[in-house]
Amino acid sequence: MASDLLEAPVAAPAPVRPVRPRKRRLTRYALRFVAVAYVAALVAMPVVVVVWRTIDQGASTFWHAITAPDAVHAYQVTAQVAGLAVLINTVFGVGVAILLARYRFPGRSLLNVLIDVPVSISPIIVGLALVLVFGWTTGWFGPALQNAGIEVIFSTPGMVLATAFVALPLVVREVLPVLEEEGIEQEQAARSLGANAWQRLVRITLPTVKWALAYGVVLSVARALGEFGAVRVVSGDVSGQTQTLTLVVDERAEQFEPGAYQLSVVLIAVSAICIVAISLLRPRGEC
Amino acid sequence: MTVPAARVTAAPARARLGGWSGAGLGVAVLWLSLLVLLPLAAVVATGAGDGWSGFWSAVSNHAALTAIRLTVLSALAVAAINAVLGTLIAWVLVRDSFRGKRIVEAVIDIPFALPTIVAGLVLLTLYGQQSSIGVHWYATNQGVLVALLFVTLPFVVRTVQPVLLALDREAEEAAASLGAEPFTTFRRIVLPAIAPAVASGAALAFGRAMGEYGSVLLISGGLPRTSVASQYVFAQIQNDEYVSAAAVSTVLLLISIVVLAVLGQVHRRAARRG
Repeated sequence: MASDLLEAPVAAPAPVRPVRPRKRRLTRYALRFVAVAYVAALVAMPVVVVVWRTIDQGASTFWHAITAPDAVHAYQVTAQVAGLAVLINTVFGVGVAILLARYRFPGRSLLNVLIDVPVSISPIIVGLALVLVFGWTTGWFGPALQNAGIEVIFSTPGMVLATAFVALPLVVREVLPVLEEEGIEQEQAARSLGANAWQRLVRITLPTVKWALAYGVVLSVARALGEFGAVRVVSGDVSGQTQTLTLVVDERAEQFEPGAYQLSVVLIAVSAICIVAISLLRPRGEC
Repeated sequence: MTVPAARVTAAPARARLGGWSGAGLGVAVLWLSLLVLLPLAAVVATGAGDGWSGFWSAVSNHAALTAIRLTVLSALAVAAINAVLGTLIAWVLVRDSFRGKRIVEAVIDIPFALPTIVAGLVLLTLYGQQSSIGVHWYATNQGVLVALLFVTLPFVVRTVQPVLLALDREAEEAAASLGAEPFTTFRRIVLPAIAPAVASGAALAFGRAMGEYGSVLLISGGLPRTSVASQYVFAQIQNDEYVSAAAVSTVLLLISIVVLAVLGQVHRRAARRG
């Protein structure tokens, strides 16, 4: 019957509505109610309650919580780790996107698949995997790293690696489709006019992908700031030393210390900024 | 209709690797190996390091099995629930218009942008011990389920939405004009068109739920019977039981690979049909 319907001529300019409009409207309201209620109960209400409880505890509590020494230290650690990881992933992401879109080489489709592997792996496994390679006593490279005096696990490099791992595909996946859609005419034209590889990258390729790149970077920043599980494993979670903001939130929440709500609100605010940026960048897909 | 044309022009346009691009590929592959491939290989190697019997005893003890079973069952339930409700939400966002739709649209993205530990705290506030609405799901399987539903909400919505937007409505109008009930029209015309998107969204949600940690941590209370697989692995790492942690991780990695393979299959079939 479906194929009959599909092949039916669609000449009727004003479709006959055999279903009573009232029933139709009721269905529409019911669907709308279910959708809004589900989103509200699952996401909106819990967030509002946390923000409300934070406001309820007063401005001075808020200020004390977000300026506590371990919180301030955590801002620095988080900024350093997330900043480095996003920088690395941006360079890697643009490079790999260009390679996948513009060049043919053996293993190209395998590389394309491998890029997506990190998103479907538990952050705890990411942490474990890095510990098993880079840990001084546990890792394959452990003795060599220890001899060289390079501490990766329980230190900033490990946290950067963990964060870069979990956010790996985000930039590639935004930039690659734009590059593939855009074609190479402009780059070929630039090449025939004598532009070298660097000039073509800066003048042609990067301006072409700038909105997609910005979108990918915002996604990466949100992911990097919020990373918890992988960083918890590789950092050792030492208060005042290797704690990022999410680790401080967890410690306060689990030990029933004050401040978890307040620091969560800081992270919620950052997420809100990211969402606004994402929604501003999203419709620009065609640029 | 433009897709095959684009493919024809794009395929021969790819160049051979030159000096710079070759070096770039070398660096990229080296980085990917150091960051992803070698560490994952280390997990599998460590998990299998004590042989089959060591692997088996690590994954078949009561606590490990409980955690794996809870994780798989919850992930399946979450994928199913969000497949249905995610499709419904996508439908409402595309076909309905009402005040505050933009707000709903923005709220959908919150689970993606919110740090998982904050998501966990937020859910604990509403559904935990000090619940404002009298729902006490702290340290229960329902609590785990709610946390997983929260973090996987956007997947199906965001995969189905663009397909619904691009859907030609003429066939639906034709069906309606021939007297088909709205639900029949949906089932016979819309559903077949969006089914691949629903399936791939559900698979993404399943994969995410399988590995979720931060959002579940606080509400599950850390009891053995409400610990998901990631929490079990974390506890093993804390106790320096690396072989056992790696063995359970290997099982989770295998499940992830199967999900990715199924996802690729769905995409390939959809691409062939479209």
